[in-house]
Amino acid sequence: MLENLSNRLQGIFSGLRSKGRLTEEDINAAMREIRMALLEADVNFKVVKAFVARTKERCLEADVLDSLTPAQNVIKIVLDELTALLGESSAKLELGNRIPAVIMLVGLQGSGKTTAAAKLAYRLKQQNHSPLLVACDVYRPAAADQLQTLGGEIGVKVYRHDGANPVDIAREGVQEAIDSLRDVVIIDTAGRLHVDDAMMEEAQAIKEAVQPEEILMVVDAMTGQDVVNVVEAFASAVDFDGVIMSKMDGDARGGGALSVREVTGKPIKFISSGEKPDSLEEFHPDRMAKRILGMGDMVSLIENAVRIQQQEQEAEEAEALAAGNLTLDDFITMNRQIRKMGGISKFISALPGGDKALGSGQVDEGALDAMEVIINSMTREERQKPEVLNGSRRARIARGAGVSVTEVNQLIKKFNETKKMVKKMTAGMEQQMGRKGKKGKKGKKRPRIPGMGGGPMGGMSMADLKRLQDMMQQ
Amino acid sequence: MGFFDRISEGLSRTRERFVESVNLLLDLGPVVDDDFWEELEATLIMADIGAPAAASIVENLKEQATRKGLENSAQVLEMLNDQIAATFAPGGQEILDGEAAVVLFVGINGTGKTTTVGKIAKEKTDQGRKVILGSADTFRAAAIEQLEVWAKRADVEMVTRERGADPASVCFETLERAEAEGADLVLIDTAGRLHTSDDLMRELKKVVSVVRKRSQLPVYLVLVIDATTGQNGLQQAREFNKALDLDALIVTKLDGTAKGGIALAASHELELPIVKIGVGEGIDDLRDFDPHDFARALVGDFGQEPTEE
Repeated sequence: MLENLSNRLQGIFSGLRSKGRLTEEDINAAMREIRMALLEADVNFKVVKAFVARTKERCLEADVLDSLTPAQNVIKIVLDELTALLGESSAKLELGNRIPAVIMLVGLQGSGKTTAAAKLAYRLKQQNHSPLLVACDVYRPAAADQLQTLGGEIGVKVYRHDGANPVDIAREGVQEAIDSLRDVVIIDTAGRLHVDDAMMEEAQAIKEAVQPEEILMVVDAMTGQDVVNVVEAFASAVDFDGVIMSKMDGDARGGGALSVREVTGKPIKFISSGEKPDSLEEFHPDRMAKRILGMGDMVSLIENAVRIQQQEQEAEEAEALAAGNLTLDDFITMNRQIRKMGGISKFISALPGGDKALGSGQVDEGALDAMEVIINSMTREERQKPEVLNGSRRARIARGAGVSVTEVNQLIKKFNETKKMVKKMTAGMEQQMGRKGKKGKKGKKRPRIPGMGGGPMGGMSMADLKRLQDMMQQ
Repeated sequence: MGFFDRISEGLSRTRERFVESVNLLLDLGPVVDDDFWEELEATLIMADIGAPAAASIVENLKEQATRKGLENSAQVLEMLNDQIAATFAPGGQEILDGEAAVVLFVGINGTGKTTTVGKIAKEKTDQGRKVILGSADTFRAAAIEQLEVWAKRADVEMVTRERGADPASVCFETLERAEAEGADLVLIDTAGRLHTSDDLMRELKKVVSVVRKRSQLPVYLVLVIDATTGQNGLQQAREFNKALDLDALIVTKLDGTAKGGIALAASHELELPIVKIGVGEGIDDLRDFDPHDFARALVGDFGQEPTEE
């Protein structure tokens, strides 16, 4: 996500870095390019204008230009301004004190409201709430069926009343939640155009009827220049509290995300990416800004890793890995963990410079599966001690896995390289973090991830990253 | 002119905005200088027309202005209308209005594929064609039910299987039914998918190749794009075109958006004709596309009355 914008900006910055001193002309040229990059990323024209004007003014201040590292200062200013644009601090869901708390979702047709409603319900359920979904879209054929099916999949009850009017359904939904002792009601409304006055009035009527604690507007990340008019109209009609950016898993440049906050002052609360119910994440402006500037989003990645780690982690594994005693079993475990974290692409794209590396070649998600098949054809001994793999064993494994011996050889080569790299990264980590005697619950991920991301480029160079990527591919 | 008025109404917001920006441009003064061209390009970009298409339009205008020795910005802007109309790729009539055919609708999630298929089924049935629908969106919850409602409205047969079934097999059955029934227009709705999802794009490729192999009628692939989409619409069109070799575009939701320029960008770059545009929720709001009307509706007739048709 956002990688195109990120690439453009990184290109502009490396142009600046290559210059020792920056003149006013250099700044002007860079700002023109930033303006174009943002425009192409669908950031609203007016927002771009204001952003560039502010950034330029700050960059032209004497102490920036005369400093020893002017390019660094410019990047810092852009980062600051970008963070400001996205919202200074993360905005959380405010459920208030009333029970049941009511959340209402609004948005254009096809923005992903129904899917977002289900994801939000799933998220709340994970946090020990007991949500109720209410299907208030009475216009689109089978919309209530869709919500009901999704509700069934995540185990959340759905209230529907076909044929009734949406305002009544919403009211009944809240009553139903009270009767069935549920503490959060999520109201999925019909998609409506911001220029459709009758429909906007209906949204207001639902709001009046149920007095929601939170009104969230679902905005498609791919929306173009028009996003400003849309969110302004919704803000003035229903005064929503925050935004869920949907379809962030596409390759949209996310200009909408960059414009919403500036135009309405309403924060982005969640970003939604993917079809799975757990793909709704909290939005962190500072992390997103860093990510756009190619500084990686290590914090989110580590959080993600920790979440998975907490579910299953064996201390010995971590010890073995830290000591560089990687076995083929660990290889499979790594493979599975990467998949849980959203696949290789997501993993690499969260690393500093990762998006750039990804851009240079399509990562083959299937490569991991092929590896697993080969490893599964080995005996336990072979997996623990790969050095016993001689020619005849390799031939047997190849037959068992239905691949050629060359592929088995390649796997073993890759494995040996990974082993070397893990050793290197572990060393890098120890240098940076000091000797950690005990591995905490974060265990195995520690040697791997922070080692890569300690500084802007951490203990891991771009070349290492490329190699990691090459290994993941064939 | 009833038809033009209709599109015109749908695009009125686009036009108002555009005229507003153009008026601002004119306030810059009558001199055609670099600032003028730069601002013109920015104005086009703001209408979601996209950088390459905007550059091409500006380049052409620039050349003509130099040749004709135009110095007044108002004169240049008068040529813009024609230029925009000429930027759209022509053709596409054979897809929905020609001989018997199979048409598959593809696109990302939430662009309005199912609704579009439903509306076309109704329109073509009313025009006396024998239509059969295939609901190959076996992924999204309730997509089948949604199309079923449209099938009933249009009073046509719909072929489908349970949710989660193989979409290729749905297509296969649809084609069999179509042959048995002698249908002359087969419309197949597919599941929405992001162009970045390799697995789902592969699945779609398989579906398409099954249809191409099995079908005795010509097969057309139509990409449905949401007009509110910004420059990513172009990326979608590129990826779908690369994977599937598209035949045409349909642009939906042109009534709500103030822009709609992405239609121009995609059609221009990929040389795909636009066969329909959606300008509203009503069953009659799916309209035939005419580049001149669209350009006129998009740019408005500032300065003087358009001379063409």
